[in-house]
Amino acid sequence: MYDTEKLGTDVNQTETKISARNVQVYYGDTHAIKDVNVDIDAKSVTAFIGPSGCGKSTFLRCINRMNDTIDVCRVEGDIKIDGEDIYDKRVDPVQLRAKVGMVFQKPNPFPKSIYDNIAYGPRIHGLAKNKADLDEIVEKSLRRGAIWNEVKDRLHAPGTGLSGGQQQRLCIARAVATEPEVLLMDEPCSALDPIATAQVEELIDELRDQYSVVIVTHSMQQAARVSQKTAFFHLGNLVEYGDTSQIFTNPKDERTESYITGRIG
Amino acid sequence: MPLSWLVLLVLALAAAGYFIGRIRVLKLAGGDIRALHSLPIYYGTNVALSVAVPAIAVLLVWLLAQPTLIERSVSGMIAPEMIPEGSNLNLVMSDVRRVADGLNTAISGGAMSLAEVEAMDATVVDVRARLGELGVALGQDVRPEVLAAAKSYRSAAVTGNTLRTLIVLALAGIGFGISFSKTKPDYRARNVVERAVLALLMAAASLAILTTVGIVLSMLFETINFFGLHNWRDFFFGTTWAPNFRGDSELSILPLLWGTLYISFIALLVAVPIGLFAAIYLSEYAGPKTRAIAKPLLEILAGIPTIVYGLFALLTVGPLLVNMFGQSGSLGLGWMSGATSVLTAGIVMGIMLIPFVSSLSDDIINAVPQTMRDGSLGLGATPSETIRQVVIPAALPGIVGAILLAASRAIGETMIVVMGAGAIAKFSANPFESMTTITTRIVSQLTGDGDFASPETLVAFALGLSLFVLTLGLNVLALYIVRKYREQYE
Ligand SMILES: Nc1ncnc2c1ncn2[C@@H]1O[C@H](COP(=O)(O)OP(=O)(O)O)[C@@H](O)[C@H]1O
Ligand SMILES: [Mg+2]
Repeated sequence: MYDTEKLGTDVNQTETKISARNVQVYYGDTHAIKDVNVDIDAKSVTAFIGPSGCGKSTFLRCINRMNDTIDVCRVEGDIKIDGEDIYDKRVDPVQLRAKVGMVFQKPNPFPKSIYDNIAYGPRIHGLAKNKADLDEIVEKSLRRGAIWNEVKDRLHAPGTGLSGGQQQRLCIARAVATEPEVLLMDEPCSALDPIATAQVEELIDELRDQYSVVIVTHSMQQAARVSQKTAFFHLGNLVEYGDTSQIFTNPKDERTESYITGRIG
Repeated sequence: MPLSWLVLLVLALAAAGYFIGRIRVLKLAGGDIRALHSLPIYYGTNVALSVAVPAIAVLLVWLLAQPTLIERSVSGMIAPEMIPEGSNLNLVMSDVRRVADGLNTAISGGAMSLAEVEAMDATVVDVRARLGELGVALGQDVRPEVLAAAKSYRSAAVTGNTLRTLIVLALAGIGFGISFSKTKPDYRARNVVERAVLALLMAAASLAILTTVGIVLSMLFETINFFGLHNWRDFFFGTTWAPNFRGDSELSILPLLWGTLYISFIALLVAVPIGLFAAIYLSEYAGPKTRAIAKPLLEILAGIPTIVYGLFALLTVGPLLVNMFGQSGSLGLGWMSGATSVLTAGIVMGIMLIPFVSSLSDDIINAVPQTMRDGSLGLGATPSETIRQVVIPAALPGIVGAILLAASRAIGETMIVVMGAGAIAKFSANPFESMTTITTRIVSQLTGDGDFASPETLVAFALGLSLFVLTLGLNVLALYIVRKYREQYE
């Protein structure tokens, strides 16, 4: 999975999961996202790359309405998931976030046991009928998070006692436990060492068969390794969007080319 | 030379030394600051310090030592049989000092010459009347031995003062001479001055620590005295508090401890929920504008003197409770007979503790990382689920620490319980009865007119020490918990 030859396979027979039209985001007077249009495929990995401060995180947080928690933030335009406008008045952002899971830059396990970390979402949303059900969800999620073997003997130890890479996979498992359709990841490997990064990347590649994964990364190698499509942001604009292999081998926009070759960043 | 002049003179010398030091070093360097090891002000400060510090230090020691030394030598002149019936050496010595003062006034006012004073004979002259003319009132006639003692007291004091002036000025001069001769461009004046500053800081720090040690030791000694006079088993394990100034008191801490803990418990029952909820609202829900107004308002509560809370307990809360629960109260229950009660003191103390709990908890809740909240919100939890299930559990150790700190304040609180709790020591679970606390008993045992050396008075020290140990233990535990909690997120 670390070579680029595999890239670009099975991209063609996919459907659109998320579609954004004319999205503008303002923080007070700052115009952070300018007129972004993008269609994100279902069951594939889409990477957002671009220099720091260009609005990758901001746009990602629009997709599960996490920006609602910031007072000064204002979002305009349409974002649809499966054809439904998520900024519609009738949509409860709290329920939306159960469907669109999120993994953050810094691993943030709750100060609870590993088991309770995973069970947190299912309990809140009433996904388990009984204890056995919950046990099953926890095990399944930990397996999906590729961390079951490492923690199965200490499910009731605190989640904060794990190593950084384990914590991040725990957080991915925690997001998976609420059975989301979309998984948003904001630089999930930037706080990890190379070995933990490789493990998480492998996991992301496996998640692709069930979820639509959107990953923000500042590492172009990572984008090339894990994603099928790549979007390049610059100063709040979506400059170029296309198959990862095309973006990295044959960029159309000169800004993309400069960034890929390391001239801006 | 009077003391104030002496001090002023030394300070003036130091100031002069400052300028002289600066000017000299600049002159030696040919006006070029870069040729100096330190900036000119350091040379000046060095000279000023060398003039003032030894001189003032010796002056201070002298001031403390001279009266004691003179007193000791003069009191030898008063033989035990010369002390009148019903008096003691201390009283006679204070007469001696007053007569000596009177003689001094007479001489310095020019009313009598030195020789006249030396020649004055109490068997011949009525010293009281003579001094009375000069405006020095004495309580009784001056007996010959007192006059003799006063004369030698006066002359010793005059000699001492002269010597003091000479030595202090000499020291200032020597300090000036040495530092002046050292003031050369390559002298490391900055390092010397900095060491002096360090010494000052260390002195301040050790003074604070020594004071604490001194307080504890003095309490400890008096407590040991107390246990010499009173059975320690009765103090720690007895069940009755019944001081009796004719002796044979029962002095047990347990009923007082019960009252203290009961009132503190009620105070925490009031302060913890209200303080915690206020903190949650302020840190998680309130907008910046509400926060900017509400936080300082809450903190004003913390600035109210506890005596005002005491008044509030005695005059407002107590009567209000009686109106509700009293004999002819609105609820017609007849549970409460007087305004002072455990409930009165507890409620008011709880109000006092609200800002304490809320501002500590607010800090602690704010220290929970935002990523933790994001993680929960990102899983589709509502803000209130996030607070209940993630933020509060994460902050819990810190909040427990805050509650323990509040408890330790409640246990040590005095004014509110003096005014609101009553004076009856007993074991009772009824919150409408008046009860008393360790702190109130300390106040009343020490402000009574009993003999200071009686167990009834000394018990105050044993109570104080027990209270100190209790609150110290709570504080240490609380700080340990809070610190551990902080480490978790660093
Ligand atoms: N909470 C916020 N308040 C105000 N401005 C913000 C906030 N978050 C981000 N911004 C601004 O929005 C722009 C985009 O930020 P971000 O989306 O975090 O960039 P990236 O993730 O690509 O590094 C930056 O200029 C940043 O200063
Ligand atoms: Mg970012």
